[in-house]
Amino acid sequence: MNKISIQNFSLQYSDGTESLRNISLEIPANQITVLFGPAGGGKSSLLRVLNRLNDLADVTHQEGKVLLDGEDILSLKTDVIALRRKVGMVFARPVVLPFSIRENLTYGLEVAGEKDSDRINGSVENSLQQAALWDEVKDRLDDPAIALSGGQQQRLCLARVLALEPEVILLDEPTSGLDPISTGKVEESLQGLKQDYTIILVPHSVQQAARTADLAAFLLQGELVEVASGDTMFTNPRDQRTQDYVQGRFG
Amino acid sequence: MPREIRETLDRKIEDHFKVITDLGSIVEQAILGSVDALHHGDMELAREIYNNDQIINKKRYELEASALITVATQQPMAIDLRILASILDIAGELERIGDYAKGIARIAMRLGDQTPLQQMVHLQKMAELTADMLHRAIGAFVELDEKTALSIPKEDDQIDILYNKVYQELLDLMINDRDNIDRATFHLWVAHNLERGADRVTNICERTVFTTSGELIEFDRSDDESEAF
Repeated sequence: MNKISIQNFSLQYSDGTESLRNISLEIPANQITVLFGPAGGGKSSLLRVLNRLNDLADVTHQEGKVLLDGEDILSLKTDVIALRRKVGMVFARPVVLPFSIRENLTYGLEVAGEKDSDRINGSVENSLQQAALWDEVKDRLDDPAIALSGGQQQRLCLARVLALEPEVILLDEPTSGLDPISTGKVEESLQGLKQDYTIILVPHSVQQAARTADLAAFLLQGELVEVASGDTMFTNPRDQRTQDYVQGRFG
Repeated sequence: MPREIRETLDRKIEDHFKVITDLGSIVEQAILGSVDALHHGDMELAREIYNNDQIINKKRYELEASALITVATQQPMAIDLRILASILDIAGELERIGDYAKGIARIAMRLGDQTPLQQMVHLQKMAELTADMLHRAIGAFVELDEKTALSIPKEDDQIDILYNKVYQELLDLMINDRDNIDRATFHLWVAHNLERGADRVTNICERTVFTTSGELIEFDRSDDESEAF
């Protein structure tokens, strides 16, 4: 079943540097969909459309539809705060709040109005477990989050998103600053999380795209060139431009 | 992938193509030479081919190791990955064809200078056809020539016809004169090895089609090894 349906979507920034042209893409639930391609191709722009982060950008033109469970999220009637609770996002650089590890996770819940302390505490453990960080921090939850390593901070950011129980998780190059072991832990946790969430990932390399993708979409200069299962995309892509890119002939 | 890495991968694939062409050439000569040694009772040539099988095996494992290192270090994708996967497979096919040549050389040593049977002429023709198919199959692989790879397996029919002819004639010989049983049986093994060798050339062509198209196909073989008795 498709969680998100992007229909004939186009976007243009006022400086004309990057745009998306007539993108149509069906994003299945409980899978990892990877948006990959060279820089400037529109991957992050498309990702940001999915929780309306582009509302803050200087967009001059936008058309088409983006349906989440059949509802058009681009509609003026959409409650953007509620949307972002449903569609969480992890960025390239981990940005932890200047609080303890625990408070990094409870802050969002408290802001969202959660008052039940049992639920909040349960959520701390649960989200840390899901982000594969619990075993490393369970004995020091009240230490400052800033003391964690880069890889741990990024998993804390993922746990912070998970604490709010979203339905969709967007990840924009979440491991670009991490070492291979931390990268492996994040990728491994994503494989577990897809049972419960719809995951959309902009990877930091073609290799990461190949390792993680259930479904892969290749974007080039604002155009969606090819969509295929991860197994097919990296062994036998159909479009010559995709072949050239995954073989490292450009990009 | 940075341009420098791409160039390294291109160079490594080119190197692998050279090695597989060389290995194919050695195996081709082994097939032709083994039947020639049998025909002329050339013990020295038979021994040389028998011993050279170790060189073929060594080259096969070197090629495999090198292809695996390239996969691990260059992380190839798409057709690059399919080329390297096919190299692993084709190296194995060549080694097995080399084993068939070794088997024929052993028969040549066993028969010594005994006068070959007149079916030798068919065996030589089978060896020439197999070696020629092998030569062009390896050429098609390194040139990524799908059209040629698709056409070569059809020639296997000629080998099958010759094999059936040799089989029937040798059977008749054995029935008519028990003194022929020993030599005829050895000749039959030679025919069998050549026929199997040609089947493995077909496998190489299947790998070339997989490399170029990404499709795993199987050519029709009425006498597939799995059906053989």
